[in-house]
Amino acid sequence: MADVSLDHGLVLAAILFAIGFAGLLTRRNLIVVLACIEIMLNAAGLAFVAAGARWGQADGQVMFLFVLAMAAAEVAVGLAIAIRFRQSLKSLDVDDADEMKG
Amino acid sequence: MTALFYIAAVVAVLSTLMVVTRTNLVHALLYLVVSLFAVAVVFYTLGAPFVAALEVIVYAGAIMMLFLFAVMLLNVGADSPLRIPSWAWVGPGILVAVLLAEVVYGITRQTQPLAGAEVGPAAVSEALYGPYVLGVELASMLLLAALIGARHVAARARDEEEAREAATHRGAAAGEASPERDAGVPGAARGSETGVTGQGGEA
Repeated sequence: MADVSLDHGLVLAAILFAIGFAGLLTRRNLIVVLACIEIMLNAAGLAFVAAGARWGQADGQVMFLFVLAMAAAEVAVGLAIAIRFRQSLKSLDVDDADEMKG
Repeated sequence: MTALFYIAAVVAVLSTLMVVTRTNLVHALLYLVVSLFAVAVVFYTLGAPFVAALEVIVYAGAIMMLFLFAVMLLNVGADSPLRIPSWAWVGPGILVAVLLAEVVYGITRQTQPLAGAEVGPAAVSEALYGPYVLGVELASMLLLAALIGARHVAARARDEEEAREAATHRGAAAGEASPERDAGVPGAARGSETGVTGQGGEA
């Protein structure tokens, strides 16, 4: 039973990660792209928690806390960049930012 | 508890698919909240109640609040109205009702977690402030850096906005003084626009 929970937890994490990755590649709205990155980080955390639960250790949950802190930092900076993006390019389409200048 | 795990997993996959496929931004964010709730129920069935609570509080609470503020600040309401039609609540409502039934069942029946023993908050805290204390310090530095970085990026946006407004005022003043010269007002497309409208008003 314990192995079933680990395997199926990892499969669920892989499915969620794949959906988030597909959305990241196909969607062009900057906010939705950030949401897809959140989905992928959440799936990675789910894999940590499933593995930690398999052996009854707290390490998986500790790693999930670090993933959580990183996701919060990422989304704060990402949404600040989204506001700048909207102000300078007048859109939220990531394809509009196809040239770099300082 | 096995059935609870699979039902929550199906809800998580369905709602995440809806996040990726919705064209309306507010609908996608609604489904993202449902997806995070479903993953929280999965954590609960795996015997990790502490991170299940954190998932609801931090992900579905704080991070989704940030997304909401961004949607409000960016004024996306022009193409996706913030007033959500009543049929849009049906999908997330059904999925959340399934999750709520699961949580009520799990709490009242005192079910056993899937993977043997439950790892509670006390064990997590001992590990966090024992061998992982360096990671806690690094996470605090990361959050501080993100705070300063977000403030810096947003403050530059505000400075540019003020500079643009000042240029607009200068351009308007120059346009009132001598309309012929405002083509030479430097660097302000909006300034020349206001100059043009000023000219039109005079004409």
